[in-house]
Amino acid sequence: MAQASGGTVLEVEGITKAFPGVVANDDVSLTLNQGEIHCLLGENGAGKSTLVNMVFGLYRPDQGTIKVRGEEVHFEDSGDAIARGIGMVHQHFQLIPVFTVAENIILGNEVTKGAFLDLDTARRQIDALAERYGLAVDPDATVGELSVGEQQRVELVKALFRDADILILDEPTAVLTPGEVDDFFGVVESLTGQGKSIIFITHKLREVLAVADRITVLRSGRVVGTTTAEGATQQSLANLMVGRDVVFRVDKAEADPGAPVVRVQGLRSQDDRGVETVTGLDVEVRAGEIFGIAGVEGNGQRELVETICGMRPATGGRVEMLGQETTHWTPRKIHELGVAHVPENRSKHGVVAQYTVADNLVLNRYHHRQFSQRGVRNAAAINAEAEELVEQFDVRTPGVDATIDTLSGGNQQKVIVARELTGDLKALIVAQPTRGLDVGSIEFIHRKIIELRDQGVAVLLVSAELDEIMSLSDRIGVLYRGRLAGTVDAADATREELGLLMATGSAEGQS
Amino acid sequence: MSAAKNANAGIGRAASQVHRLLTEAWRLQPLYVSLYAILLSFVVGGVLISIIGVNPFTAYWALLRGMVGGGDQIAGSVARSVPFIGSALALAFAFRAGLFNIGAEGQLLAGGITAAYVGALSWMSDLPGIVAIPLILIAGTLGGAFWGGIPGVLRTKTGAHEVISTIMLNSLVLFGVRWMVNSRDPIVLRDTESTVPRTDPIADTAVLPELVDSQPVLHTGLLALLGICFVVAFVLNRTTFGFEVGTVGLNPHASHYAGINVNRVIVISMAASGAFAGLAAASEISGTNGFFQPGTFFLMGFDGIAIALLARTNPVAIIAAALLWGSMLSGAPLMQQEADVSIDVVRIIQAMVLLFVAADAIVRYLFRVREMDQSPFKATSIEGSV
Repeated sequence: MAQASGGTVLEVEGITKAFPGVVANDDVSLTLNQGEIHCLLGENGAGKSTLVNMVFGLYRPDQGTIKVRGEEVHFEDSGDAIARGIGMVHQHFQLIPVFTVAENIILGNEVTKGAFLDLDTARRQIDALAERYGLAVDPDATVGELSVGEQQRVELVKALFRDADILILDEPTAVLTPGEVDDFFGVVESLTGQGKSIIFITHKLREVLAVADRITVLRSGRVVGTTTAEGATQQSLANLMVGRDVVFRVDKAEADPGAPVVRVQGLRSQDDRGVETVTGLDVEVRAGEIFGIAGVEGNGQRELVETICGMRPATGGRVEMLGQETTHWTPRKIHELGVAHVPENRSKHGVVAQYTVADNLVLNRYHHRQFSQRGVRNAAAINAEAEELVEQFDVRTPGVDATIDTLSGGNQQKVIVARELTGDLKALIVAQPTRGLDVGSIEFIHRKIIELRDQGVAVLLVSAELDEIMSLSDRIGVLYRGRLAGTVDAADATREELGLLMATGSAEGQS
Repeated sequence: MSAAKNANAGIGRAASQVHRLLTEAWRLQPLYVSLYAILLSFVVGGVLISIIGVNPFTAYWALLRGMVGGGDQIAGSVARSVPFIGSALALAFAFRAGLFNIGAEGQLLAGGITAAYVGALSWMSDLPGIVAIPLILIAGTLGGAFWGGIPGVLRTKTGAHEVISTIMLNSLVLFGVRWMVNSRDPIVLRDTESTVPRTDPIADTAVLPELVDSQPVLHTGLLALLGICFVVAFVLNRTTFGFEVGTVGLNPHASHYAGINVNRVIVISMAASGAFAGLAAASEISGTNGFFQPGTFFLMGFDGIAIALLARTNPVAIIAAALLWGSMLSGAPLMQQEADVSIDVVRIIQAMVLLFVAADAIVRYLFRVREMDQSPFKATSIEGSV
């Protein structure tokens, strides 16, 4: 662990930043000493990224001050931050895949000889940096052909090439394999050993304890604690991170589970970049129960849901629904079996923004006899159905012929839920059903999901909101690196236990 | 300098007056971009004409009389417009599915050569017209559908973008048919008795009846293409398949999620687009020429792009846009004769129409993208709800 060896290089004092509808940072203060690794810990949406984006000049604070080496700064954009020696490695790399490492590193800061790029000099400078900090990169390799870990090193060298002394690393380990994580920690310590100061954002407790000098925990935009690594345990950090003892429980009767409806065995699938994110997952959901899947985002939730629903090919394992193997079925065929799917991404998958509320309400059933006779759409029947669903699901819309993008997010979600929860359902796959919604809509949607459960539908609920998982589910599985790290009865589950499972993949806190 | 500035300000004031008329008085918002484009192009064309020393009003008066100055002129103008309806539909249909089919030029040739080949088969003359005419039209339609379907299949199987593949296929078929009608050794489709390279004449029974003996002949292919416009409008707006096409065009991800077979929609839409071009070519072979010559269809596919965009890809508005387009080309010779202004000026005006229509679409497209990127509410509401 690197030792703090100098004065304060960065002071954030009383920062407040609000976006419409949400205060992302509320009176947040933070200091960073030279040669220190300061971990910023918090759940998704706790305000970590907002905070560092202000330090890096991407957002401007509503209130509060930022001082770099004792001097107050007002960044107009990230260029100003870079000029002050601040570098940031984003969670999603900002590299151009078809360029070489050297070209990417000098981009925006080109080493030139007259009108031409001086790649030789650049190459030498890069090699020197790589040598000094133990960041092995090949300046002539094409970035697109590098592994994720190598690309991350390129990002680091890029920041160092711009003389950054303060490095902000946004979830740097989220994309790395365990071996790469260990290498990465080595690099981080060699950086601090040479006087660089690092803000390290993560929600993984094990990593925090492994590398941090100091730890600041954010929850709902506020600092809820600052501590040193020595004084912290995974348990104490998990408590701080998830907070509130009171869990908002939805009124619901005891579940009366029946036969298994959804059976997933050894399922594997890949994300859009071809990285395997579902890694041999088993889960079984029975009729009349809600199985909640908790987990830190990016542990395979999206791919799991899309694979079960036929939108993403399974690369291994099998999915069985209602006794039939559906592993390689089309979305249409799965839907016709009685499996509804509330998608995670409302605007990408859930609605066609330019279509009317009515057309969106029948998007999965437009071809049914009720709405289409001999290939011709029955507008009257569609509108009648839409009127009824709007009424039943309390969708606030000027009319069923209004285009859906004129509705609020909550009402758009109600349209999706209305569409998916209608019909002869046997199973329901819901992903982030209440993301970004107001309390009223959340309660409404929760009630509808429980109603279906009580009618004997098998519900698989995936959510990043631990409260939602805990209040709705009958059983809870924690997804960690593409498989279930543990399954617990919702009645016995505690936030601490789940938080620990989510962060470490193990109830004992070891990964 | 300041004179130019004043002129600019004057033009700005005039434009805003016109805009007020269009939007408030005449309620023509949906088409105002197209109307602006036409108006603006004629204004710029007028400037061009005065630069070459001709009074633009004289020239435009001659052009107008050439277009609609009498029965013959009107019939000729309509006749000239007929194939444009098909080539414009070829863009419009694919456009609804989110595809940019710029291969109508090639799809016309593929349809035309197929129609000419079938029309000249020896047994065609033994068939009654009621069989032979549908046959030649269907042959052309299928030829176009085949050539249009290829980029659709390439898109779904390999991800090849249809803009690139249709351009390539345009060249492929152009040089292919040129060789077929030029080659003497071996003889492929060349009419050996003709001095110019063309295919054998089609059977008399396969000739579409004429409506007006104008120049060019106004034939019954007009009715077929008008009918197709209304059929396409019906399919796109009222049928289940049309709903699938529109959904794929607006949001392929949501389509996939909703169970639509996106690849099937793409292939069918491209084939249907090619079919419309093929039908237009077949009706020209059958009703106007009686044989196939590659030059007949020169630029007809690309004009179709302009017409479809001018009509905002609305199949019924395409009829009006195609009529305007064809009449301008048909009226231009009178303008050249009387006002001594080259036919090419009409071509320049048409090119500018496309430019203004397209540039507007690009601007709007860019604007929409930026709007989505910049909304801080959307960015935060995704994760800011803890």
